[in-house]
Amino acid sequence: MLSYENIFDSLGLREWCDESQANSLMSLSQLRGDKIEWWELPFPSLDNLHKACSAIPQTRDLTASLETGFLAVRPSLRLVLDPLTQPLSWALDYTLLFFTTMPWWALVPLILLITQFVTKSSRITFLVAICFVFFLFIDHYTYAIQTLSIIFVCTVLCTLIGIPIGILMSKNDSAQRMITPVLDMLQTLPTFVYLIPLIFLFKITEPKLYGLAIMFYSIVPVIRLTNLGIRLVDKNLIEAADAYGMTARQRLVNVEIPLALPNIMAGVNQTIMMSLAMVVIASLVSAPGLGTLVLDGINNLRLGVGFVAGFGIVVLAVILDRISKTALARIDESRKI
Amino acid sequence: MKTTSPNVKISIRKLFKVFGEDPVNILPLLYDGIDKAELQKSSGHVLALNNINIDIFDGLITVIMGLSGSGKSTLVRHMNRLIEPTSGKILMDGNDIMDYGDYELRQLRQNRMSMVFQKFALMPHQTVLENTLMAPIVRGENLEKATENGLRWLKRVDLEGSEQAYPHQLSGGMQQRVGLARALTSNAEIMLMDEAFSALDPLIRTSMQDLLLQLQQDLHKTIIHITHDLDEALKLADHLVILKDGFVVQQGEPQHILLKPSDPYIEEFVSDINRARVLKIRSVMEEGSRRKVSHGSINANISLETLIAIAEGDTSRSYEVEDGGNTIGTISMQEVFQALVRYDIQHK
Ligand SMILES: Nc1ncnc2c1ncn2[C@@H]1O[C@H](COP(=O)(O)OP(=O)(O)O)[C@@H](O)[C@H]1O
Ligand SMILES: [Mg+2]
Repeated sequence: MLSYENIFDSLGLREWCDESQANSLMSLSQLRGDKIEWWELPFPSLDNLHKACSAIPQTRDLTASLETGFLAVRPSLRLVLDPLTQPLSWALDYTLLFFTTMPWWALVPLILLITQFVTKSSRITFLVAICFVFFLFIDHYTYAIQTLSIIFVCTVLCTLIGIPIGILMSKNDSAQRMITPVLDMLQTLPTFVYLIPLIFLFKITEPKLYGLAIMFYSIVPVIRLTNLGIRLVDKNLIEAADAYGMTARQRLVNVEIPLALPNIMAGVNQTIMMSLAMVVIASLVSAPGLGTLVLDGINNLRLGVGFVAGFGIVVLAVILDRISKTALARIDESRKI
Repeated sequence: MKTTSPNVKISIRKLFKVFGEDPVNILPLLYDGIDKAELQKSSGHVLALNNINIDIFDGLITVIMGLSGSGKSTLVRHMNRLIEPTSGKILMDGNDIMDYGDYELRQLRQNRMSMVFQKFALMPHQTVLENTLMAPIVRGENLEKATENGLRWLKRVDLEGSEQAYPHQLSGGMQQRVGLARALTSNAEIMLMDEAFSALDPLIRTSMQDLLLQLQQDLHKTIIHITHDLDEALKLADHLVILKDGFVVQQGEPQHILLKPSDPYIEEFVSDINRARVLKIRSVMEEGSRRKVSHGSINANISLETLIAIAEGDTSRSYEVEDGGNTIGTISMQEVFQALVRYDIQHK
C-alpha cells in the first residue's frame, strides 16, 4: 500500500512526526484503513504532508509566519524608513494643500502659461484651457488638481532620483547588471502586488504609502532611458571631449547630459504617464483625486460617477501626453545633427 | 624651406599596441617578430602597431600615411593617450607621457595639444562659437578674452557671420573649418589631425589643404596629419611616415621617398603620382656640381613640370640651380626626364 504515512513510517520518522502532538489523532484514511491506489496519490504539498506527519507545517502556517515575521521586523524597518520617506509625505501634503487652496482663477492661468512656455504651441494651450473649463464646469476641478499635484510631486522626485541612478548605470557596467533585474521586476510585477509590503510598512492614511507605490512603478523609464541615452552618445564626441582634456564631470555636464536629453525627456514623458496610471490604482490606498471617484463608482455601482471620472482621467492623460511630447519634440528639433 | 635641422618634439620608441583579451601576454610573441595576420589567426588578437619608432619635428608638418586599417588612427591617439599602448615610450620634449598621472595628462591635453577629427566631432547642441571656445572653456579661462580670440580664428578660417549657427546648418567643409578654429583657439603647440580632410569633397579638400599651409606659414605648429591620400601627403608633408599593417615601412623627406622607395608596397603607392608636378629641382639636380650650363639659373624649389615648360621641352638644355641667391648645383633636362620615369621601371 502506498501513502505518505507509510513513507514516514518506513523512514522511521513516525516518532518525530507525532512528537508535537502528544496524543496524535490517526488520520482519516488510517482510521478507515483506506487503500489508496498509486495513481490517486496526491502531490506531496505541505498540506498533504501535514496530514501524514503533523510535524510538517501547513501552508497556512507559512503565510501566518511570514506575516508575523513581517510584523516583527516592521518596527525596526520603520525606524529606518520613516525618516527617509517622511519628506515624501510632507511634499505630497503641502503640494496638495498648496494647489487645492490656490484659487482657480490663479492656478488655471498659471498652468496655461507654463503650457505655452514649454510647448510654444497655442493650439495645445487652447486644448488645455478647454479641458480645465470642462473640469470646472462639471465640478471635477478639485479632483483633477489633486491628481495633477500627486503626479507633479512624484514625477519631480522620480526625475531627481532616477537621473542620477541612470547616470550611475551608464558609467558602471556592474551597477547596470545589478539594477536592470530590479527594474525589470518593478515593471513586470502587477501593481497590486507591491502595494502589499507597503501596506505592511506604513499606515494606510500616510501619503507616502501611495507616493512610494506610484514612484516605484513610474521611476523605471526615466532610469532606463537616462542610462540608454548616455550610452548612446556619439563616441566621436566623447573622444573630442577627452582630447581637449575635459574632466569626467565637465564631460557629463557639457556633453553627455545635453546630448542624452531627448532620451531623458522621453523617459520623463513615460514616467508622467505611468504616474497617472498608478495614481488611479493608488486611490485604493487613500490617494485623493479622480481615482477615488472611479473607486466609488465601482464599489457603490454608481456607474455615472465612475464614467465621468474615468473620462476625466482620459482627458488628463491626453493633455499631459500632448504637453510632454511637444516639449520633447522641441528639444529634438534643436538637437538634430 | 628648413635650413637648420629642427628639434624633435615627440619621439615614439618601441611602441606596440595589441587589441584583444590579453595583450600583455602576447608581447613576447611580438618581440619575436610575429606578423599581423599570424597573430590574428593564432590568438584572435589584432596587432595595430608593431614596433613603431618615429620622431615628430617641432614646427613641421609630419604626415602619417597608410591604407585603411594600417594603424594611423591608433598611432595618433597614442600621442595624447586616448589609447594606451601595450608597451613602449612616448616622449614629449624628453618626458615620457606614460609616466603622467590623470592630472598631468589632462593638463597636457588642455594646454599643449589640440585635435581635429575626420567626422568633425562638433557638439551639435552648441553654436559654432561655443564649439570654437571648447578649449578655453575647459581650461576655465576668462570668457571675454577667449571669445575675442575665438572670433579672430573664426574670421581667419572664413567663418565670419556663422558664429551663432549650429553645426548641422553648415556644409561639411564649413564644419571642418569650425573644427580647425576650435583647434587653433586652444592655442596648443601641437595639432593632431586624424584624416581631417578625408570626408570632404575633392575641391573643398584642396582648399582646406591650402588653408592649412597658409596658417602653418605664420604659426609653425607641430602638426601630425593623417591621410590615406598620397597627393595630400606630398602636398603637406615636411616629414612623411608610411605605415603598413602597423609598422613603419619608410619615413623621411617626401621627395626622397618618391625617388627612392624602399619597398614594393611604397613603389606601388607612388606609381600613380604625377611625378613632374611633385618632384622639385632640388631633389633631382646634381648637388654642388659646377658643370657648364647652356642656359641661366633657376630656383631650386620649382617643380620639374615648371622647368619643362621653361625649357620649352628642349631636352638639350641645362641650368644652374640657385637657392636664396647661392648656386647649389646644376641640372640637365636629361636628368629631368629620367627622374620622371617610375622607380620600378628605372630599376628593371
Ligand atoms: N578598439 C579596437 N578594438 C579592436 N581592434 C581595433 C580597435 N581599434 C582599431 N582596431 C584595429 O586596429 C587596426 C588599426 O586600426 P586604425 O588605427 O583605426 O587604422 P586606420 O586609422 O589606419 O584606418 C585595424 O586592424 C583595426 O581593425
Ligand atoms: Mg582611421
